[in-house]
Amino acid sequence: MPSEDKTSMEAADKQLVIALAGNANVGKSVIFNHLTGSRQIIGNWPGKTVELAKGYLRFENYDIEVIDLPGIYSFSTFSLEEVVSREYIAFEEPNVVINVIDASVLERNLYFTLQLMELEVPLVICVNQMDIALKKGLIIDIDKLQAALGVPVIPTVAIRGEGLHDLMEVAVGVAKNAPQEKKPLIRYGAEVEERIEKLVKFLKSIKLQLGYPLRWIAIKLLEDDEEVREQMESESKEIIILANQLAIELEDIHQEPCFSIINSERYSCASRIANDSQINTEIEATLSEKLDRIVTHRVFGYVVSFMVIATLLLWTFLVGNFLSDILSQLFGFFQPVDPVVSGPVISILWNGAFGGIVAGITLVVPYIIPFYLMLTVIEDSGILPRVAFMMDSFMHKIGLHGKALVPLILGYGCNVPAIYTTRILETRRERMLAALAITFAPCSARTIIILGLVAAFVSIEWALALYLIDIFIMFIVGRMAFKALSGETTGLIMEIHTLRVPSFSVVTKQTWTRTKSIIYMVFPLYILGSALVQGMYAFGFLDPISNFLAPLTVWWLGLPAIAGILLIFGVIRKEYILLLLVAIYGTNLALVLTPVQFIVLALIGMLYIPCISTLAILIKEFGWRPTIAIALANLITAIIVGGIVYRLLEFLIQSLIMI
Amino acid sequence: MSTDELQSESIQEYLEVIYKLSQNADKVKNSEIAKKMNIAPASVTQMMQRLSELGYVNYYPYKGVNLTVEGRRIAKKMVRRHRLLECFLHYILKIKKDRVHDQACEIEHTLNDESERALCQLLKHPDKCPDTRNPIPACDLKLSSCDECMKKKRRDLGEIGKRDQDVISLADPALKEGQKARIAFIRGGHKMIRRLLDLGITVGATIVVLRKAPFRGPVEIAVRGSNIALGRTVGSSVFVEVLGV
Repeated sequence: MPSEDKTSMEAADKQLVIALAGNANVGKSVIFNHLTGSRQIIGNWPGKTVELAKGYLRFENYDIEVIDLPGIYSFSTFSLEEVVSREYIAFEEPNVVINVIDASVLERNLYFTLQLMELEVPLVICVNQMDIALKKGLIIDIDKLQAALGVPVIPTVAIRGEGLHDLMEVAVGVAKNAPQEKKPLIRYGAEVEERIEKLVKFLKSIKLQLGYPLRWIAIKLLEDDEEVREQMESESKEIIILANQLAIELEDIHQEPCFSIINSERYSCASRIANDSQINTEIEATLSEKLDRIVTHRVFGYVVSFMVIATLLLWTFLVGNFLSDILSQLFGFFQPVDPVVSGPVISILWNGAFGGIVAGITLVVPYIIPFYLMLTVIEDSGILPRVAFMMDSFMHKIGLHGKALVPLILGYGCNVPAIYTTRILETRRERMLAALAITFAPCSARTIIILGLVAAFVSIEWALALYLIDIFIMFIVGRMAFKALSGETTGLIMEIHTLRVPSFSVVTKQTWTRTKSIIYMVFPLYILGSALVQGMYAFGFLDPISNFLAPLTVWWLGLPAIAGILLIFGVIRKEYILLLLVAIYGTNLALVLTPVQFIVLALIGMLYIPCISTLAILIKEFGWRPTIAIALANLITAIIVGGIVYRLLEFLIQSLIMI
Repeated sequence: MSTDELQSESIQEYLEVIYKLSQNADKVKNSEIAKKMNIAPASVTQMMQRLSELGYVNYYPYKGVNLTVEGRRIAKKMVRRHRLLECFLHYILKIKKDRVHDQACEIEHTLNDESERALCQLLKHPDKCPDTRNPIPACDLKLSSCDECMKKKRRDLGEIGKRDQDVISLADPALKEGQKARIAFIRGGHKMIRRLLDLGITVGATIVVLRKAPFRGPVEIAVRGSNIALGRTVGSSVFVEVLGV
């Protein structure tokens, strides 16, 4: 990294900041990855990038910082993403903004471009997904588009890297000349322009410094943008009165709300430019459209939806099991058969730490990689919004709409990114309901417990049964929370993108990124935790804790006393439940637990509390109180269900013996 | 003088008729009103002058009248109450469709804001009246959504576009897959309307109905080159004029 040496003109000259802006799912993240080679999650569904992702690249002697702004449709203030984006562009003043637009949805994308132009920033338009447009029969005349907008326009196919070099060249060129150049403006209808002028004149006369262009402020005042109005109100009451008066005049002319008038102006402008610069040729239904018909068919659609989820899980089960077996055999050679619980402290700790590494490699890696691989394929194909479309009416039963299915499915991988992704939902209430449901989703860690305890020592059928019980509980608790938590339910409004064949490079890159982040997080915890627990066990620290929790674990849940310890450490990582059991008793757990105990322990492990990382993200996203409420909901559910299942199973076994 | 006195029953009746007649025309002729209300043209002219003085209509001698913003507001409220009452009479009291209109005409003038809202809540925010299947205008209670109405939060409830006689909502079963239509009228919470507008679902935009999910699921439409799925609650707030297949 070059130093921030402001005295040297040369060093200052050679640094640039480029921001990528545009609608959701236009390929911004793909471009970002291509340019910076950095880690970014890319998916074929809206709303992935919420926080600003940064990356660096060197191009023509420039050190360039690239910012990937969230995908948005407008600069209103109805979502955090919109506010973040507009404030970033206006206040951070990037040297150039690359507006990535989807060639196959030109008109809608240009609506956003026009708003960017209102912000009067140095702009380059990147018309991406030219290949998809061509498949849809759309030919785009780049020169005409450039002439109409008055800013450079570069066609690209980012997924194959086409046109990105040109894009960078032009962007750097614009950034270099940006300060001198006058920004082109798009004019709206005469009666609107007249009133914008009046407001701009007034704004000039009162000399305000808000960081935004005056024309933009004027337009936002007419649109009745809440934030701008509040900021202006504290500065000058007169401007608000004038803006209101002008807005009413416009409303009288058009007989509709002023925000809608300006929206129509922008859209008619976008529509004109789009129609002038694209040729629409008739083509036969593409393969993607044909597939689409099956995926959202009124019968097959549900079959497909079910299969998407089932495939994800079965694939993980089967491939994971297979890999786990192979790795276990390889490591079985080294694996300590019995934990070391006496002798020198160092050897106890070493033994525990080594056990942690082995457990990580044989239990976690084999399941994580296939899971994320399949999840990424499913995400990148764009099938998830279709599943959301088909499942919308069912999701309403737990107070959510179809879009919430996306984070919920992600929750099967790891709750943490899933909870983060609930940001695609509209209200806080919906986000909390979704987060609660997600904490019941059997994530990969819980899958490991189910497989390691139940599938390995009881039967695969019981493992599947636990999954079904879990989904059922998720539904019941979700529904109860929906009834208890008052508030509005918003309807589904979701863009459905073209289905596509997942890109090999995107899938591999992303699977690796996700796997890596899990491994980095998990292994140190495993090694430390395992060593620590074995040490504590060896020195007899664990018994008092076990005894304290015994009424719950032994009497109510029918588990061995050690379960108290397992469950406490399981809060750190759910796999610890399995890991510690192995650390303490060795690999043949059948000698320690009965089948009923395996099932109950797995069930409790699945339900009882979100792991510490999940709790952390819950606190970050929602605050302490909702987090405690969610954790309690988990704990109470686990204790009730666990106790009942234990008694039911015991009763069943008794009856079977009687017969 | 209280506004209640000003808005006597007959004034309300007149405004309502002008409102309905002005769906298809810029100005409404006195003769049309006379015919529709079954009243002598001379009394209509007299009444129009009075309404003009009260600021409810703009009166253009020999050309006709149109409603002012205030007149329109009152008329809309009356139409809303009328159609809500029709729903109540038909769906709750089980009175035959062809007999609800006259009854509703009589009761509508005595309904106040509170009972109007209670009625709307009881009927679970109906979209249309039962007899002529015309849409029920949104309330002017400054609420952001029907759900919020239930929770008594206050914000702005809006509608944009012009509500014509033959518009149907996107959730209407009569709207089939593959049908082309033009957006005519959107109502609902401020936030929802703005979201729809940003996505290009604007009044006057042409759409194609691509798919309707079963089990009262969402409807997918093509608009301005993109495909957008709208849940049933959203779909039932977006009204379109069918353009044929």
